[in-house]
Amino acid sequence: MNKKVSLDNLTRGIFRENPTLVMLLGMCPTLGVSTSAENGFGMGMATMFVLILSNAMISMFKNFIPDRVRIPCYIVIIASFVTVIEMLMAAWLPTLYTALGIYIPLIVVNCIILGRAEAFASKNNVWQSVLDGIGMGIGFTMSLTVLGAIREILGAGSIFGYPLFGTAPKSLLLFIMPPGAFIALAFMIIGFNKLRGVK
Amino acid sequence: MVKQKTRQDSLIRMVIALTLITSISALILSWVHEQTKVPIEQAQNNEELKAIEAVIGNDFDNNPYQDRMKISTSHGKDKLDLYIGRKDNKIKAIAIKTYSNQAFGGRLELIVGFNILGQIKTYKILKSNETPGLGSKVSEEKFKSQFSGLRPRTSSFRLTKDGGDIDGVTAATISSRAVIDAINRAYKAYQRFRSGGKYE
Repeated sequence: MNKKVSLDNLTRGIFRENPTLVMLLGMCPTLGVSTSAENGFGMGMATMFVLILSNAMISMFKNFIPDRVRIPCYIVIIASFVTVIEMLMAAWLPTLYTALGIYIPLIVVNCIILGRAEAFASKNNVWQSVLDGIGMGIGFTMSLTVLGAIREILGAGSIFGYPLFGTAPKSLLLFIMPPGAFIALAFMIIGFNKLRGVK
Repeated sequence: MVKQKTRQDSLIRMVIALTLITSISALILSWVHEQTKVPIEQAQNNEELKAIEAVIGNDFDNNPYQDRMKISTSHGKDKLDLYIGRKDNKIKAIAIKTYSNQAFGGRLELIVGFNILGQIKTYKILKSNETPGLGSKVSEEKFKSQFSGLRPRTSSFRLTKDGGDIDGVTAATISSRAVIDAINRAYKAYQRFRSGGKYE
């Protein structure tokens, strides 16, 4: 029983309640950084790191935090972890740090993180909250990587920076630009809904 | 997991909770900041060195990033960063960080390398907001390779469209012009540096 609940909490974010494709949360970084598979993956991992730690921390302090000031408390905790990862990235992953730019500090206001804090971590124990964080993180990372890959293949003719069709590829520039993000995301959601069996 | 019904939402409790959480977070942040200060500086140093090496090669035995100076262009309007690559105390090449405000997506920053004859070695785009797939192609070898060996501020140092020898990137004339503008600006600083008598 307990194992089933844990597994459920872990897989919920990946498929049934995928934050990007089902709940449509965190659209700003999703559309903004998914110009290449690598950027999408890096953004997903950074968000997952913050999500797991903030979920764990908020669930740990859930009985200590008074209800009426819970949102400022959550935001402080989330912002601290985001700043930590920002400094760590600047120190050891400078290339990715430059590529993601303004979107790293913007993880603070990513509604997936606050949403999970409010909807899950504040009501469940630490271990289940970590599992939820991992699941949601994987779901977010996968969606962003796939969306980034689609846009990179169609728009730049490469994947993870490796050219696919020789040196002078014919590409659909639209997909690298902002409108392409909306179009690609729409088709991804259609595909995902078909996969889930939504009519 | 039932929430504690006895939880007191009194003012004092809220103040204590917020104060504690913010102080703990401040402590953690200052500790991480201390730990990452040196690596961040080092990463920046390495990034700069990599950029310098990309435009002047690695034929130097000093650290051009440490051996840098601010130099104004001949009109004295802007100050550019100039890095000197030396070997056996002789200047081998010079890298200059420059910019253009005439790019399609606002400011474009690049670093360009010159040899001691004032010819361009190559350049590297540092910051740009050019349209991906169009203007962003100014960072590709196909466009870049045309610059090597050229001397800026001559009549041929223009796009073919403007009567020069350089083929602009298709559908990105403004971005291509911005690169030339930035390099011309750097060359002014280069000339200033040479006429300053510090060249040997």
